[in-house]
Amino acid sequence: MATEHVQAMEKGSLRADLAIIAQWIKADTRVLDLGCGDGTLLSYLRDQRNVLGYGLEINPFNIEICVEKNINVIQANLNNGLKAYFSDNSFDCVIMSQTLQATEQPDLLIEEMLRVGNEGIVTFPNMAHWRARFQLGLKGIMPVTKNLPNQWFNTPNVHLCTLNDFEQLCKKHNIEILQRSVVDHSHKRGSVLMNLFPNLLGEIAIYRFRRNK
Amino acid sequence: MPETIADDSVGIVETQIIHFSEALVLECGKTLNEYDIAYETYGELNADASNAILICHALSGDQHAAGYHSMDDKKAGWWDSAIGPGKAIDTNRFFVVCINNLGGCKGSSGPNTINPATGKYWGPDFPIVTVKDWVLCQHRFMLSLNIGHWCAVIGGSLGGMQVLQWTIDYPDLIKYAVVIAAAPKLSAQNIAFNEVARQSIMADPDFCDGHYLEKNTVPRRGLMLARMLGHITYLSDDAMRDKFGRELREGKLNFGFDVDFQVESYLRYQGRSFVDRFDANTYLLMTKTLDYFDPASAYDDNLALALQRTSAKFLVISFTSDWRFAPERSREIVKQLLQAEKQVSYIEIEANQGHDAFLIPIPHYMNVFASYMTTISETLS
Repeated sequence: MATEHVQAMEKGSLRADLAIIAQWIKADTRVLDLGCGDGTLLSYLRDQRNVLGYGLEINPFNIEICVEKNINVIQANLNNGLKAYFSDNSFDCVIMSQTLQATEQPDLLIEEMLRVGNEGIVTFPNMAHWRARFQLGLKGIMPVTKNLPNQWFNTPNVHLCTLNDFEQLCKKHNIEILQRSVVDHSHKRGSVLMNLFPNLLGEIAIYRFRRNK
Repeated sequence: MPETIADDSVGIVETQIIHFSEALVLECGKTLNEYDIAYETYGELNADASNAILICHALSGDQHAAGYHSMDDKKAGWWDSAIGPGKAIDTNRFFVVCINNLGGCKGSSGPNTINPATGKYWGPDFPIVTVKDWVLCQHRFMLSLNIGHWCAVIGGSLGGMQVLQWTIDYPDLIKYAVVIAAAPKLSAQNIAFNEVARQSIMADPDFCDGHYLEKNTVPRRGLMLARMLGHITYLSDDAMRDKFGRELREGKLNFGFDVDFQVESYLRYQGRSFVDRFDANTYLLMTKTLDYFDPASAYDDNLALALQRTSAKFLVISFTSDWRFAPERSREIVKQLLQAEKQVSYIEIEANQGHDAFLIPIPHYMNVFASYMTTISETLS
């Protein structure tokens, strides 16, 4: 990992999953962040990697913070914002962190990401993490964890999946996975063991992918 | 009447007039050999003239954007909510300029001023000016103040259209563009409303084919009707319901054609007070200016191609209940800016006040606006 990212992490200014994404983004590129939140990642990429970034965000409070940070932010819903605004191949990379599981049609959204961008990066909570398996498999209840804090009846996460599920979807859609990483719930980078059994021990999955050529 | 001037007001201000004697060739083919421009400024121009902001007014606006002309003024300038020390457009940081557009009726050359060639009121003979003409004129005006570029050009509604035209016509002379509650061109419905407004003015017997000033009269009923119609399009259904509902003015139905409902009383009041401060020929002219606005038409009807030339950073703002220039119209602008790979932020403000919302200090709107302006001021030396 490049020194600057390590420093950012040490200062606590960038979550580990975002630091991993930042490491995967090339300097001087055009990046679209779907559900960019308060613009933390985009402002980091702009300042450290000279990235020209745009964010899509729906929450007005987050939008205010993005504007404060001088981020290009478009107020739009992910489910139709991509289609409404962006033409084919207009970005080097399209990022969606911790949002995929809350979208209406994740498969179509991933397709849209690769229409608009040359590469895509997604992060999502792994439903096959052992804690979730324990709760569903042994206790017989829908998992509630630090990453998935909502109850089944009020969760926005309507399309949860596992690492295996995601990889199967990519295969079916002719999408090539370029990089994969996992982190735990405190967003610390995976141990050797976690990387050996990512679908069991990884709490948050991070993938970089592109259309199979 | 302000008893005291608030700390965040620009205070007592004065309209100034510059006379231009260099001919201005207009899009319609006619030439104005000389003309006056009335304007106001707030704040101080900095040493390298890098903090100047142009505010563009809308259909019924003028150069008096903020502050008061005297302690007897009933109301502050039309955008006093956004312009002043510590406000979104902070006059401690920016030098703010607002001009009365050509064809206006508040001191700039227009139908209610004297045509130097004839010694009579211009009246209906004042040439129809376009947004492009205005921008040309504003550019000349900028140079006359020894300003080399605008740090930002900002406007709502027809004002936002001037901002768009600025970014296209003088891409290197505008750094930031704030386009609020605007549209890339008018829809057939927009034009239809304007046409009814024009017809109501022209059908008034006192209109006298536009020569009413010479005959010492004013088409009061026509202009009042036009303004009443306009007001309906400025408010949303919800805003009208909240404000008036079906409330009766006298608490009972009168079974006649005079005012029964509060909304009727409100519209009549708006119409009447407008007649006292606005010129009917200017209203006709400015509605045509609106109808003609279509910056893409010079670029194969391709707005993205027109915007390709721009180098400003954009902030586009719309309001959810605005149906005159609905959010959809702002999204068109944003889409084309993104197609042209320009830097843009787009905010859709949740507001029930309709088109008028752009003049109302809604907290989220003002926060975003102020934050954006702060990022601009941080780029200044």
